[in-house]
Amino acid sequence: MSKYTERENGRGFNEPRPIIAKAGVIKKADGSAYFKIGKTAAYAAVYGPREMHPKHDQDPKTGVLRCNYNMMPFSTEERVKPGPSRRSKEISMVTTKAILPVVNLVDYPNAVVDVFIELTETDAGSRCAGICAASIALADAGITMRDMVAAVSCGVIDHKIAVDLDGPEEHLHDLDVADIPIAMVPSTEEITLLQMDGKVSKDELFKAIESVKPVLKHIADIQRKALKDRYK
Amino acid sequence: MNQDLKNHINESLKKGVRLDGRKKEEYRPIEIKTGVVATAEGSAWVRCGDTEVIAGVKLQVGEPYPDSQDEGTMMVGSELLPLSNPNFESGPPGIDSIEVARVIDRGIREGKAIDTKKLCIRKGELVWTVMIDVMPINHDGNLIDIGGIAALAALKNAKMLEVENDKIVIGKRTDAPLPVEAMPIPVTVLKIGDNLIVDPTDYEEDVLDARLTVSILDDDTLCAMQKGGGASLTTKDINEMVDLAIRKSHEIRKKLKEAL
Repeated sequence: MSKYTERENGRGFNEPRPIIAKAGVIKKADGSAYFKIGKTAAYAAVYGPREMHPKHDQDPKTGVLRCNYNMMPFSTEERVKPGPSRRSKEISMVTTKAILPVVNLVDYPNAVVDVFIELTETDAGSRCAGICAASIALADAGITMRDMVAAVSCGVIDHKIAVDLDGPEEHLHDLDVADIPIAMVPSTEEITLLQMDGKVSKDELFKAIESVKPVLKHIADIQRKALKDRYK
Repeated sequence: MNQDLKNHINESLKKGVRLDGRKKEEYRPIEIKTGVVATAEGSAWVRCGDTEVIAGVKLQVGEPYPDSQDEGTMMVGSELLPLSNPNFESGPPGIDSIEVARVIDRGIREGKAIDTKKLCIRKGELVWTVMIDVMPINHDGNLIDIGGIAALAALKNAKMLEVENDKIVIGKRTDAPLPVEAMPIPVTVLKIGDNLIVDPTDYEEDVLDARLTVSILDDDTLCAMQKGGGASLTTKDINEMVDLAIRKSHEIRKKLKEAL
């Protein structure tokens, strides 16, 4: 039996925090979105396809997707120093790879599609919120995609599966907490982002993946609704 | 710069019309919300036309400067986020970002917006540092003014943190407000050809000849200035620009007061 028996505000163990999603929120961008889950909020803006700089990063066979994840200085309790960090560079890279499998950029050789993700406030799950926002923004920009990418993190707290950890849960000191951010193509259930820190058994890992599937399908519905609402 | 655009803007301004149909001295509608970022000690969101900015205040503790041992410190940061405009590039802050941050900073600092003496915890040893970060979400011009308004609103919204054993208690905000004593409003006036305009869009900023930012206190005292742009200004120009800035500061101050 897990010692973790109850979540804050009576939230269910398979229940994500409240979600707000909007498309087309940044006028200057070719596509944009806002995605907020609990107290974690991400903006994403897409620029392109446009000419790739630096030139040596151009690919004559296809356009290149380039995601950039950044936390605003006031987005955590301890101020984040502006500029890229090891952490933000890695998240930018895994974000790009989480989305790449669904976008089709072969029609844009030598071009780049830039996705800028900015977190205004965070309470855990920021890379997943960023991926959700980026995915809506790319669709909003009219980039050819075969599906959305939805992402959420799954926690395993003292052997109990808890979807979409918040900050306090991530930092529980007296219990073992594992955090598994997962991104998925909802229609095919392909996994495009998988990271983990903490200890879990193989069984628990697959339980976690199964638990997030319906949640990610639900998130994808919210993402699609955001896009439709833009044209109401 | 696009010379055709410049000619077009210039010709229109001669007839008193701007690209978006505004008059020369007309500001776009301003909307202000405070307390928009849960992780900040104070925050504000300001939209003016299509320019949208978020400002956040974070507090830290540290040593005072040697020449002001009983005063807290402050700094404004800003970045021209590539998220907010297709012309902004990734990378370390360029001179344009730095200028925006420093001009907003100078207005707040020299206007004595924050009573830094009240930010002293132990003379010579421990003082508060106020970090104000101004981030554009959508940049359609006039970031100095709109960012400056957002910074003031965020300061007014800010609450102090608890301190224990000379360290801040993370996330423990008290009810005590940050000591904000004045509201120096930055107003930027652009000169394009022979015309003076306020609240430029980014197209108008692209073709400016000169600009002057003036930070103005509630008794019309000027507390900071910055001339920009490649063209020179005559004393007559400066006279008119400062007058216009003072008039506009009254409108903006009223808006800001209503929102807070």
